[in-house]
Amino acid sequence: MSIVIIKYNAGNIRSVLFALERIGLEAVVTDDAEQIRRADRVIFPGVGEASSAMLYLKERKLDKVIKDLQQPVLGICLGMQLLCKYSEENDTACLGVFDVNVKKFSAGNTGLKIPQIGWNKVEVVAHPLFKDIAEGSYCYFVHSYYAELSPETAATTEYGIKFSSALQKDNFYGVQFHTEKSAKAGETILKNFIEL
Amino acid sequence: MLTKRIIPCLDIKDGRTVKGTNFVDLRDAGDPVELGALYAKQGADELVFLDITATVEKRKTLVELVRRIARHVNIPFTVGGGISSIADVNALLENGADKISVNTAAFKDPELITRLANEFGSQCVVLAIDTKQEADGEWYVYLNGGRTKTPSRCFDWAKQAVELGAGEILLTSMNHDGMKQGFALDITKRLAENLSVPVIASGGGGKMEHFKDVFNQANADAALAASIFHFNEISIPELKEYLELNNIPVRK
Repeated sequence: MSIVIIKYNAGNIRSVLFALERIGLEAVVTDDAEQIRRADRVIFPGVGEASSAMLYLKERKLDKVIKDLQQPVLGICLGMQLLCKYSEENDTACLGVFDVNVKKFSAGNTGLKIPQIGWNKVEVVAHPLFKDIAEGSYCYFVHSYYAELSPETAATTEYGIKFSSALQKDNFYGVQFHTEKSAKAGETILKNFIEL
Repeated sequence: MLTKRIIPCLDIKDGRTVKGTNFVDLRDAGDPVELGALYAKQGADELVFLDITATVEKRKTLVELVRRIARHVNIPFTVGGGISSIADVNALLENGADKISVNTAAFKDPELITRLANEFGSQCVVLAIDTKQEADGEWYVYLNGGRTKTPSRCFDWAKQAVELGAGEILLTSMNHDGMKQGFALDITKRLAENLSVPVIASGGGGKMEHFKDVFNQANADAALAASIFHFNEISIPELKEYLELNNIPVRK
């Protein structure tokens, strides 16, 4: 099993590597197109800002590489948002794998703090990514933008409104929360992804 | 629903925890990694590691420690103490820290907050404030681990820091710290209800009831404590059980 983590200008790559290590797996961090294409599993992590991340991917022609991948791909946080169609974050056209828009939380009159930082409940529809995850498990979120609900929604979470905390279309999976920092639940989800 | 967070804080000096613990099941009670992993297992929501190492030469020890923490601890953690540049922060985040906290350096150079937020995102920039209520009833900002008084008011500095890009405020009341008589409810409430970012209350937690009060009465987003956890005066599973019984949303 070869696992690749896509290297780009977004943080927390080390955390994903360590989380895999904790469940007994090794991964390679690379931006080499050929190596990414050949991997059995691809993880597309991310903490950062959408437009500069997209620019970086385009400059290295990784945008097309990612879109055309055939093996299971897991986008985490910003990685998931970049797999969507469009993000309100600096008006950014994203990869368009998921037919979903990414919007900013609005504080409105709800008094919500933005970004959402902390542990929130993930409501799962029956899905292989969430095998062995108890109903209403908590995962760790840090984000100001969210993916709308859609037919591709695989899990939902509520923060002022209900949004997609996981998405899936064909071989593409995305989670808004940080699997690599979500304690046991997060490690189980990572393991499920590898075992898909 | 987003849960209220319980955050144990570990003081680190030269790569070791400073205050002792009375956990009998730790092989090495001075090892921050082992203690951090134990808290994560018990259900802590986050950890804060505060480095009080005096010398710059020892900073390398901290980076290595952060890397070990990231490898073994499966929940988010913040690292603070002596951070004053983008390079400092980059080394910590690169090695797996989720957030960093700044205090004195940010007060002396407020633009540091903006530079860090632009470079790494507000979500990983925590502003730590040590504050003390004086005889005039006002809460003032203190620097250098509480040794230096400033004429600035806590609320004004917190508000300015959020405008500059701080993503979270870690508020420690020096009047309450170590007293175990409860958190500073008034100043915590003022910040929590008037700032657009989460507020972590610190200083004074001695009983489970104090945590309930800081969440219910002061609207804190998270509560931090050190010795009561290290000496097992309150266990995290027990605290979460108690908070849940009191209708406070917690992760279990």
